[in-house]
Amino acid sequence: MLELRGVSKVYGAGPAEVHAMRGVDLSVRGGELVAVMGPSGSGKSTLLTIAGTLEEPTSGEVLIGDRDVAGMSRNDRARLRRRSIGYVFQDFNLIPGLSAVENVALPLELDGVRVKAARAAALEALARLDLAERAERFPDELSGGESQRVAIARAVVGERHLLLADEPTGALDSVNGEAVMRLLRSACRDGVAGVVVTHDAQLASWADRVVFLRDGRVVDQTATRPGPESLLAPGAKP
Amino acid sequence: MSVRYALLALLSEGSKYGLQLRQEFEDRTGDAWPLNVGQVYTTLQRLERDGLVESDGSDGPQNVFSITPEGAEELTAWLRTPPDVVPPPRNELVIKVLVGTRVPGVDVPELLQLHRRRMVEAMQDYTHLKGEMSRDDVELGLVVDSELFRIEAIVRWLDAADARLKKLPPPNRGVTGPRRRRIRLGVR
Repeated sequence: MLELRGVSKVYGAGPAEVHAMRGVDLSVRGGELVAVMGPSGSGKSTLLTIAGTLEEPTSGEVLIGDRDVAGMSRNDRARLRRRSIGYVFQDFNLIPGLSAVENVALPLELDGVRVKAARAAALEALARLDLAERAERFPDELSGGESQRVAIARAVVGERHLLLADEPTGALDSVNGEAVMRLLRSACRDGVAGVVVTHDAQLASWADRVVFLRDGRVVDQTATRPGPESLLAPGAKP
Repeated sequence: MSVRYALLALLSEGSKYGLQLRQEFEDRTGDAWPLNVGQVYTTLQRLERDGLVESDGSDGPQNVFSITPEGAEELTAWLRTPPDVVPPPRNELVIKVLVGTRVPGVDVPELLQLHRRRMVEAMQDYTHLKGEMSRDDVELGLVVDSELFRIEAIVRWLDAADARLKKLPPPNRGVTGPRRRRIRLGVR
């Protein structure tokens, strides 16, 4: 679903040149949740903005659903972002003057879906996240955990294929953070390809695969995990 | 020895058979600490010898155990005693990294990453277990959380070690030198 091939990103020029990404290869299938872990400045956020077509790589290719992003017109790229890619940010980024359901319906309406149909789809997405009763509330009437669930509903509403999250549980306590990760994981189980960037190992451990980034390079990744059944068996050493 | 106190805790709810104690112990620790029958009876015998439990004197599995007032007192005192955190336990990983900085040819950041990956893989196993288990299974949830926090602490230490070692000039990565302070930690 998402494929980065030899992606590099350089900011600035000459002595001020910063290599944020250096030849990164990353492939994420539909149904798979991948966590990208690394310290500050390792290139995590750059990876996410490039995967989300918000920025262009200096070199290398970005393929989303087998289509090379570089070959797309500006309009095609904008349509791809509205229709296929959902974003979840650390600070939720909900629009304060819109209710929860209006926030979730917004990307569909921007894409030309009729108001009534967009609202119905938004209500359905909110219901899936246990937020049906909060649909008419405004962001300042929602708790942090609820706000992030609204943001996830907005990221998965419609026919999204790629879900990108940047430290999505940043400001939440561990119970709400865990709820958010359960939701992201279940969205991926439904066929969406998910990428979460984080420095938090607990968060990353919800992923099917963890990729380690350091100084703009992929240095390592976790092996595919066997089932957890054997974990607590007598004498088991995880 | 927590089996001793776990049995006292179960008996504080009322008198029980040995087999019943074993079953309840396993239920409450989320099956994380399997216990054999022999262990249960040996522990009960010791508790009886110490006057902390008493039995009704029946034979074998029919024997019913009860907590004594001394047992209840000992249980309360144990619950309120903090676990021993000082001196620090011997930490194998810290020793490996300290040794690794002195061995020629060892790429220390690579060594740290190898251990980080293994730890994150172990966390993935526990998190997947958490994802699969019922949210009502509070006992197993507590055990899994405790393991996740323990391993996460190791990952965070590896991250901190990475940052600390980055500051050292490459040829002298070892933590030796004339200005180094000697620190003595009483290690168990």
